[in-house]
Amino acid sequence: MRARTLPLTRQRSGGGKPFTRKALAVAAVVSLGTGLLAGCADDGGDDSSGGSSSGEGKTTITMGLFGTMGFKEAGLYAEYEKLNPDIKIEENVVERNENYYPALVNHLTTNSGLMDVQAIEVANIAEVVGTQADKFTDMSKVEGVKKDGWLPWKWEQATAKGGETIALGTDVGPMAICYRKDLFEKAGLPSDREQVGKLWAGDWNKFIATGEKYKKKAGEDTFFMDSPGGLLNAVLSSEKEKFYDASGKVIYKTNPAVKAAFDLTADAAEKGLVQSQTQFQPAWDTTIANSKFATVACPPWMLGYIKGKSKPEAAGKWDVAVAPKSGNWGGSFLGVPKSGKNVEEAQKLVAWLTAPEQQAKLFKVQGSFPSAPAAYTSPEVTGATNEMTGDAPIGEIFSEAAKQIPVQVIGPKDQIIQQGLTDNGVILVTKGKSAAEAWETATKTIDNNLDQ
Amino acid sequence: MATRSDIAASPVKGGAAPGRTPGSRSADKDDRRRSKLSRRWQRDARWSPYAFVSPFFLLFAAFGLFPLIYTGWASLHQVELTAPTDMNWVGLKNYTRIFDDDFFWNAAQNTLTIGIISTVPQLMIAMGIAHILNYKLRASTFWRVAMLAPYATSIAAATLVFVLLFGRDYGMINWALGAVGIDPVGWQDDKWPGQIAVSTIIIWRWTGYNALIYLAAMQAIPQDLYESAALDGASRWRQFLHVTLPSLRPTILFTVVVSTIGASQVFGEPLLFDPNKGASGGAEHQFQTLGLYLYEQGWVNQHLGRASAIAWTMFAILIVIGLINQLISRRLRASS
Repeated sequence: MRARTLPLTRQRSGGGKPFTRKALAVAAVVSLGTGLLAGCADDGGDDSSGGSSSGEGKTTITMGLFGTMGFKEAGLYAEYEKLNPDIKIEENVVERNENYYPALVNHLTTNSGLMDVQAIEVANIAEVVGTQADKFTDMSKVEGVKKDGWLPWKWEQATAKGGETIALGTDVGPMAICYRKDLFEKAGLPSDREQVGKLWAGDWNKFIATGEKYKKKAGEDTFFMDSPGGLLNAVLSSEKEKFYDASGKVIYKTNPAVKAAFDLTADAAEKGLVQSQTQFQPAWDTTIANSKFATVACPPWMLGYIKGKSKPEAAGKWDVAVAPKSGNWGGSFLGVPKSGKNVEEAQKLVAWLTAPEQQAKLFKVQGSFPSAPAAYTSPEVTGATNEMTGDAPIGEIFSEAAKQIPVQVIGPKDQIIQQGLTDNGVILVTKGKSAAEAWETATKTIDNNLDQ
Repeated sequence: MATRSDIAASPVKGGAAPGRTPGSRSADKDDRRRSKLSRRWQRDARWSPYAFVSPFFLLFAAFGLFPLIYTGWASLHQVELTAPTDMNWVGLKNYTRIFDDDFFWNAAQNTLTIGIISTVPQLMIAMGIAHILNYKLRASTFWRVAMLAPYATSIAAATLVFVLLFGRDYGMINWALGAVGIDPVGWQDDKWPGQIAVSTIIIWRWTGYNALIYLAAMQAIPQDLYESAALDGASRWRQFLHVTLPSLRPTILFTVVVSTIGASQVFGEPLLFDPNKGASGGAEHQFQTLGLYLYEQGWVNQHLGRASAIAWTMFAILIVIGLINQLISRRLRASS
């Protein structure tokens, strides 16, 4: 009944209208449907083609970055655009790598939605090299790129088994120990950076021994070190092998170096030398502001972080000493996916951005330490000082540390294992659990997380 | 219809013989046109309703049904996020291992306990607030809006503020406890403080919402019931027990169901309450809920197959809870 009456009611309103209405409905459905399909299918192509056609004949290169990598802040885009008038650079920044990386993996596996240049954090580089190498172009073939321009281990980290280098290193994080001169003096310890370095040269156990001396004098007001996670990370990063062996097997449970680092940290926690804090959490930030600890494992970028969280009166009270053993903490890479629209131009840009001169400029503005040794002799590095460390020649100290960093075997799940040892492990010791219990919880969590 | 066109045609041509042919021809043409139109209309009437409702079904198929089925398919495989198209058939292994997966059952238990310690106080407080708001108050609209304000904040913003309040060393709550001589509580370290803190965020956010629902239901209770109760000498409390509560029974049931569903989906609060910013829900998984565990397996550990199996197991558990809920509500309805 209803089916028959409906056309009649429409007849009254004129013959043409039903068609337009129907056409409208069909159009709506079709456009919705295709929109849906298009949304699922391929958003990457649309993005970059839209980008490239903008401007008058200019090529737009899109950069997918995380955190504050500082290329824009250091004026490098503007400089490159000046040198190459037909290039326009746009960046798309995700604040945290935890959010950036899963999306990057998704885009790589589906080969869509990728930018012309993608940044990769050192914690993820092994996984990307191991599983997604065929999605990237070989940067070692790009004109002007030479293997010996980078620290050898940095170059190796981004090189796949087949020999292709999928990304070029930007910065590294050579680790030193940043310490509070005023707190060391109060605790009766030397405060000159040479002598402080000698206190623990070559041995992390000496570092703990210094901590005990510190605690005897300093009492309960302040802690020797900022966090168990920071200590564990520092010790582990100076090892040649930590969680994986050279053949790619997970060995973290049987590697004596890992257990030793864990026990050393647990010991420090039991003795009350480290705060019961997790790094980069608001509560930890507060302890920086309140000057609650005397040392922290400290790559160059950490000084910037400390500066951001400190009260003004802490300026100049810090100094930098050599760590017991050198290690690396942090750093990134830039890669060019094959599916990009402007592969060649993007490669040129990456080669330029990671050249020593640009790395030196980046260090000056952003504190990201160069991964190209040629930059270590540049005035930007040799003459570098930091507001927090007064006139300490941080450039020289970190350059020295960078040269001594071992070639470390890294693996795809390093981050999960390290996080397990820290967040489900040594932190528990600071909360009254025994080292054995903490190890048990940590390994159980890690094994469950690794099990496919 | 055809006759009408004849009548219309003949006066124009004055009934002349030659005139008839074009007239009938045009009538024929008209006829065909009309029948064509009417066929179109019929088709229109028959199919366009489907076109009108199709957006929902298209969207549902793309974003509801397909993911649901695909998740089921993926749960029978070993799939990693780094290569989602590379699936290894493992049969029911992802399900059977859940039975002796301590982390899963720990998460299930946490979901249940957080559900209880958030839902029960929440609904009781909501009832009390609704009762107070039901009296004649000055600026009653203001109070009602104020009650709903927490609901309008984002989970992330609220949780981040609560993380600061619950901080062990510099948090306001421990400071207040210290002022009355109670030792600082490690809100993020231990099981019960952690779960209570997470529940507090949930309670804070949802109490006003439930209170408004109760209030609306209370205002629908006829005033004469209260009058006759008062005439019988019932006190305010008696009135509440014997008039208000029984009249609210269907509403209470509704809020219980909605809160239970909400409690089984708790995710954002424990994720952001974790001081380690991981998805493990505390160092010892003290407040890791099922949703959080699913996320950890899928997106942090990148095991999509395992995560899919967890998702389907959660689905099965929810169905069981739903059935129990229905059983109880049927009993309740029967008894009333």
